[in-house]
Amino acid sequence: MSFLEMLDVLNERLILEGDDPIAFDHDCREGICGMCGMVINGVAHGEQRATTTCQLHMRHFEDNATITIEPWRAAPFPVVKDLVVDRSAFDRIIQAGGFVSVPAGSAPDAHSIPVRKEDADAAFDAATCIGCGACVAACPNGSASLFTAAKITHLSLLPQGQPERLSRAKAMVDQMDAEGFGGCTNTGECTAVCPKGIPLDTIAQMNTDYLKANAK
Amino acid sequence: MTATIERGAATAPVTSPAPVKKPTRKRPRGFLSSSNGKKVVMAVTGAVMVTFLILHMLGNLKIFISKESFNEYAHALRTLLEPLLPYRTVLTIVEVVLVASVVLHMWAAISLARRAHSARPVKYVAKKSQANGYATHIMRLGGVTILLFLIWHLLDLTFGVVNPKGFDSSPADRMIAGFDPSRWWVAIIYFAAVVMVGLHLRHGVWSAFQTLGWANRDRNKGLRLGAGLLSAVLVVGFLSPPLAIMFGVVQ
Amino acid sequence: MKFTEGSEIRDTRAPEGPIEDRWEKRKFAAKLVNPANKRKLNVIVVGTGLAGGSAAATLGELGYNVKSFCYQDTPRRAHSIAAQGGINAAKNYRGDGDSIYRLFYDTVKGGDFRARESNVYRLAQVSVNIIDQAVAQGVPFAREYGGLLDTRSFGGAQVSRTFYARGQTGQQLLLGAYQALERQVAAGTVEMFTRHEMLDLIVADGRARGIIVRDMVTGEIERHTADAVVLASGGYGNVFFLSTNAKGCNTTAIWRAHERGAYFANPCYTQIHPTCIPVSGEYQSKLTLMSESLRNDGRVWVPLRKGDERAPGDIPDDERDYYLERIYPAFGNLVPRDIASRAAKNVCDEGRGVGPGGLGVYLDFRDAINRLGRDAVEKKYGNLFEMYERITGENPYDVPMRIYPAVHYTMGGLWVDYDLQSTIPGLFVIGEANFSDHGANRLGASALMQGLADGYFVLPTTLGDYLAAGPFGEVDEQAVAEAELKVRSKIDRLLAVNGTRTPDSFHRELGKLMWDYCGMERTEESLRKALDRIPELRKEFWENVKVSGTAEELNQVLEKAGRVADFFDLAELMCLDALVRSESCGGHFRAESQDSEGEALRDDESFAHVSAWEYSPDGEPVLHKEPLEYEYVKMTQRSYK
Repeated sequence: MSFLEMLDVLNERLILEGDDPIAFDHDCREGICGMCGMVINGVAHGEQRATTTCQLHMRHFEDNATITIEPWRAAPFPVVKDLVVDRSAFDRIIQAGGFVSVPAGSAPDAHSIPVRKEDADAAFDAATCIGCGACVAACPNGSASLFTAAKITHLSLLPQGQPERLSRAKAMVDQMDAEGFGGCTNTGECTAVCPKGIPLDTIAQMNTDYLKANAK
Repeated sequence: MTATIERGAATAPVTSPAPVKKPTRKRPRGFLSSSNGKKVVMAVTGAVMVTFLILHMLGNLKIFISKESFNEYAHALRTLLEPLLPYRTVLTIVEVVLVASVVLHMWAAISLARRAHSARPVKYVAKKSQANGYATHIMRLGGVTILLFLIWHLLDLTFGVVNPKGFDSSPADRMIAGFDPSRWWVAIIYFAAVVMVGLHLRHGVWSAFQTLGWANRDRNKGLRLGAGLLSAVLVVGFLSPPLAIMFGVVQ
Repeated sequence: MKFTEGSEIRDTRAPEGPIEDRWEKRKFAAKLVNPANKRKLNVIVVGTGLAGGSAAATLGELGYNVKSFCYQDTPRRAHSIAAQGGINAAKNYRGDGDSIYRLFYDTVKGGDFRARESNVYRLAQVSVNIIDQAVAQGVPFAREYGGLLDTRSFGGAQVSRTFYARGQTGQQLLLGAYQALERQVAAGTVEMFTRHEMLDLIVADGRARGIIVRDMVTGEIERHTADAVVLASGGYGNVFFLSTNAKGCNTTAIWRAHERGAYFANPCYTQIHPTCIPVSGEYQSKLTLMSESLRNDGRVWVPLRKGDERAPGDIPDDERDYYLERIYPAFGNLVPRDIASRAAKNVCDEGRGVGPGGLGVYLDFRDAINRLGRDAVEKKYGNLFEMYERITGENPYDVPMRIYPAVHYTMGGLWVDYDLQSTIPGLFVIGEANFSDHGANRLGASALMQGLADGYFVLPTTLGDYLAAGPFGEVDEQAVAEAELKVRSKIDRLLAVNGTRTPDSFHRELGKLMWDYCGMERTEESLRKALDRIPELRKEFWENVKVSGTAEELNQVLEKAGRVADFFDLAELMCLDALVRSESCGGHFRAESQDSEGEALRDDESFAHVSAWEYSPDGEPVLHKEPLEYEYVKMTQRSYK
């Protein structure tokens, strides 16, 4: 039985008892959509490493254990209800510049620009971010640096991302600040709970690009 | 299946009627008002202070050569580049830079801490660190400890206010008197502070590289090791003179 | 369930002439909208997956005023994100003999000759542009050391035309579309409505003119009007309760559009994916797919003897039945999805299944590990093995995996013409929500291709042709009010029942019923049973469902109840469609229609048509047949032996 199935069972009971079931976000239940997320016994997505809440199974808990479940807690993630939080701040960070401006139909042939395999692989590692927000939830500063850095790094490492590289970094980091996220103090709490293991050096990449953008 | 469920109060603002759609803060106006800008300030001022610490430590070690050597060094600090420049010019510049660094470092730390505080207005009921919590606890706690120590340290050995030998004695005498075994508690304060500096730098030095964007996957291991080594060297370097004094190696 | 047969339906939009020129012709014939007018034209897009996300982004880019809706908290969560394997494109970068024509041919054949040639050819043509577009967006496809894109062969194709980004191709492509969409949100051309669920379609003066949605946070019922509505709300596999779909996937948007007059085509075409992790207990809430690529090196077997309780490692080779290799020596473990799935079901029905409930077969890597070494296997499949272990707690390096088929994709959907327009003018349907390109069986790595083809390239052209006649003026207030009232009364009805069973328990029961009677193998008897049982269960639902809470708040029980209510109606139509189509084709297997060796037997005489169902409020749907003609690909019996 998975952790969310445990909550399903609990909710079924609550509904029949006439109680309000516990609201929680979930969708794909296979660890890729990024919708689920709760702090379980003090750890975002629970103590299993590289795991989303939906991939967590009850066999990792002892019988009769008391489990404390909390929502992501951060001012930019207002609680909507119970364990449901509003993560639209992430969307606005992407809106600020987390894209390559390329209208449909205008692209050159895919083979016109070769990309070093190492770069493509590193870009992929950063691009696997699922936007769940565990990094923010775990960060003692409530910082969204890992999320923001993952996107900046993904696009910075690819030739297609170069023209907008610096303006992107500046716009996204500034938007992250504007949303009220805290600053990064390189504690590494984010990467430790990240279900996709986004590495901390993406943040260094973000810092490089941001500094260069400001130096211009 | 049995389960009891205890629901806490809604400890966070339950948004009614609609979730916040607009960012709550304004976009930062300048580089220094951005969180990254503040981190850069911390990194740069930190680098200045680390450089100072290295030189300071090397100076301290002169006590092992002789008291005179140590006193000459202290004197030379004041007469550096004399007669090209008036007495104490270089030292004053260095002091100003250092004070500015300390102030800016603190300013950045405080404003980042305040930012962090407002980014999480409601604390977790249970919170378990997954990155062994080292940096989280050491940096801010360490910073405050180091600041308190710095004040004491200046009063003790620079201005001699709390030093048994007073301000009129030679630097070497003040140092030796300061760490007289009868003042064991001073030594304890000093030891604790130096160790704290080491712990602070172990994270801080690497963190500065990360902030300035010089860390990456290939360099990270080396940088972390380097930061650890530098911290260890500083701790040993700063602790050896007082230890030597206390055990009578240097008199 | 009764039905009547109505007049034939035809796709009037596909141009005549050589197949390779048709899309060019259509594009040229399509009317253009003056850029200044685009701003005055409003388009609603429901769903933000590959199809909806790319469509909304592209329409916004073109200058239309777009409103985009999704039920998740952000558009990036749509279930396209879970697609693992890859995306097909006829790039022929390998020089291995691939071509647009071959991709077209493979797709028509793979769909068991139940798809339109014109549509499929266009899909193959456009596939090429998709890869260019995605690469330009920064999608990190797998590359070779020379810096060029890597491809692999997939799903029984004999050429290497599948582009991929490790096991997360869907995620990377969706994020590309999502980023393009957010760029338009920032530019102000797209307004995004997250946590909004479409509950009805507004049809006024014979045109689709808007939707009624519920703000899932506040419970507010909102009206949104526009000049055209695009549905990209995905498939309806969750009618089976257990499927590889996300928990939120539902049929409500397309079903309610169907109730407003859009024909529903081929609802019985369901794809069952052979390599999923079997059900492990009664609380199971969803099934997880394991990439099909596992079948490249894993060998599928069950014990030769019924009820063999020994641990798999203790069963010697001569007491194992590698049944796929035995029955299909030419393709072995690599037979297409429908065939592998049914074979697994057959051996389990014989009582030779393994694992809890006997519903599973082994997928064994022992030989691959011996041959290639553990490291090589780990390199290739490490993440999949890890995923398996995380769910089952078993280590596939030591114990063979257990797999079982699960519902994965629905080829059926709202009927659309070549322009992707439904039978309601102004209602366009794209991606999995429509029925158009996969026939009776979808090939691996083709879903991503279709969603993006529709969204980036096809719809923006054809929608423009429709909108050139717009704007269509004020929307008749009465039509809007009527739709809103219908939505409100349905919600009130659900809340008023206050019975003793949860929506989920009904959904589970419906799902089991559909799986048993309208699943991998269907018979007249089973379908009739289902058609008897569904109305009874639906009646009980409306008399005994318990929906807690109120309508004016975030209420996940209410959301669920509304979706389950629509699943009941859809399930009935699926069973009816399956009953009427008494042939076997692709993912639709009727036990009565098989050859002497137990393979699916098509009946091209009677069933070479699309079944497009018209909704009728009196419960007697009308069947319209669209004949399928094959000018280019000769209809043959598929054989993988």
